[in-house]
Amino acid sequence: MPDTPTQALAGLGVSQGRAAGPVVRMAGPPALPAPRPVTDPGAEAAAVGAALEAVAADLTRRAAAAEGEAAEILEALAMIADDPTLREDAEARARDGLDAAHALDAAFAQHRDALSALGGYLAERAADLDDLKHRAVAFTLGLPMPGLPAPGHPYVLVAEDLSPADTAGLGPDVLALVTERGGPTSHTAILARSRGLPAVVACRGITGVPGGTLVGVDGATGEVAVGLTGEEAELIRERDRAERARLAASQGPGRTADGHPVKLLLNIGSAADLVPDGEGVGLFRTEFLFLDRKQAPPFEEQVAAYAEVLGRAESVIIRTLDAGTDKPLPFLGLPDEPNPALGVRGLRVDRVLDGVLDTQLEAIAAAAKATGAQAWVMAPMVTTVEEAAAFARTARAKGIAKVGLMIEVPAAALRARALLREVDFLSIGTNDLAQYTFAADRQHPALADLLDPRQPALLELIAMCAQAGAEAGKPVGVCGEAAGDPALAPLLVGLGVTSLSMAPVCVPAVREALAGLTLEECRERARAARE
Amino acid sequence: MAQRTVTVASASGLHARPAKLFVQAAMNVGVAVTIRAGEKTVPAKSMLGVLSLGAVHGTEVTLEADGPGAEEALDTLAALLSRDLDAEDPAHA
Repeated sequence: MPDTPTQALAGLGVSQGRAAGPVVRMAGPPALPAPRPVTDPGAEAAAVGAALEAVAADLTRRAAAAEGEAAEILEALAMIADDPTLREDAEARARDGLDAAHALDAAFAQHRDALSALGGYLAERAADLDDLKHRAVAFTLGLPMPGLPAPGHPYVLVAEDLSPADTAGLGPDVLALVTERGGPTSHTAILARSRGLPAVVACRGITGVPGGTLVGVDGATGEVAVGLTGEEAELIRERDRAERARLAASQGPGRTADGHPVKLLLNIGSAADLVPDGEGVGLFRTEFLFLDRKQAPPFEEQVAAYAEVLGRAESVIIRTLDAGTDKPLPFLGLPDEPNPALGVRGLRVDRVLDGVLDTQLEAIAAAAKATGAQAWVMAPMVTTVEEAAAFARTARAKGIAKVGLMIEVPAAALRARALLREVDFLSIGTNDLAQYTFAADRQHPALADLLDPRQPALLELIAMCAQAGAEAGKPVGVCGEAAGDPALAPLLVGLGVTSLSMAPVCVPAVREALAGLTLEECRERARAARE
Repeated sequence: MAQRTVTVASASGLHARPAKLFVQAAMNVGVAVTIRAGEKTVPAKSMLGVLSLGAVHGTEVTLEADGPGAEEALDTLAALLSRDLDAEDPAHA
């Protein structure tokens, strides 16, 4: 093998682990060529039908090879491609004189707009329609269908960005994900972490790397080594296997090398996410109970869901409903806002809708009583001390034992000391705190660097909260994505946070990262990062 | 014209998995069935149509069909809608 020098690309490491393998690029969406004069409308209509059938057949084949939820998603997509109304619309447009690609494009656009107009969770299906359109148009143009490749051997998946439909079909052959765009809280990042796949996002230049090139991916540092030799790739794989074996053996409570305890907690969405690892639940998201409802879920149903988690974990922090105009839920019936991230969301929903928060707090208190567990409850999107005091009063009146707040707004972080006079604990949501501190939309593909949690301004805010907690003798944890990153966790501990809450799959690597450093070494890292 | 009015029982409403099961069943009954929610009527075999109804848990929908086999087809589909299909999902059990 020729000794070609390796080239290093730098991106943002968002899911730790190392992998090496050949690049396989995901085909991007096809460009729609200029409309073509049509001589035989019947043939165009037939081409439309053939394209939709080919897309449905391809998805059905993928569904058969997938399992569980991924198979369900792919089957549902195949059924949309097979939809008789969609097909009639597209064929009619072809018979009226459009070429097949434009007939498909126009028909999909019409249905996409209809779904978008319905809003909420249905609007998300609009992205699925775009995905299907790209597949069908590519087929009529004789281009490879966009979507996940299936080369038949393990590979490093390279793409502009990944859609939910792409990630649903991710098979065991995928060694790592590298995307040109995307940020630390993008869909790609969250999925990769939940699957334990090394991932690098915002990696400029990666889509220019030819298919088949051997690359090494470091999901912690964000470095992608391009043009490895076979031996170099094998060495990386060996190290990764050894590292995984080490993590699999990891157990016990969170400690630094010199024994300073740091609670390692789990972020969960329901009892189904609980695992035997970790020292309790640091973030129980309750949104799943409220999805797709015309009315708030009944009191008894809420009590049962909270009791299931309270009865099974050693300590649980429940977050009250975190929805609003940014994450619309039908039963809230909130009007659209021009700027939902700055609008009625989180605790602010309680300003405009009576009863939802009260019922939830009562249900949590009842579940705690029924299970004999102590309920820790926190509110999302708190901004002022007045809001905090009002929430604490209400929660305590309902019988909640420990009341806390999420710190997601810089104004709240700046007033951490005063907030802790009102409540028992704080939990820092680094994803939103970064979005609001750096005035950068979490989903914006071009602003990933502005959302990097290592930036000193964000670390200052975290340090202020931790300092306030130490003075008051009250716990201050982190429950954003940063807490599950083994490179960042020691830094957060060095800033003084007392617990880290993360996706269950992240616990072993964070535990091992802390065990390798003394508290003073963690503090040294924190000092260096804030300079 | 045979007709059934039924309340959507699935917790997630008539999309995702319940919509898929309903449309699959509608394709198999061998009779053209329409489903109406509010002012909107769509073919039961159209996944996009069914999704666009925006029917959630508790929405009342009306099924209609004509001709031989209509009654039986509507019974089958109405029975499906009145079950909580999410609760039957093995992945969530």
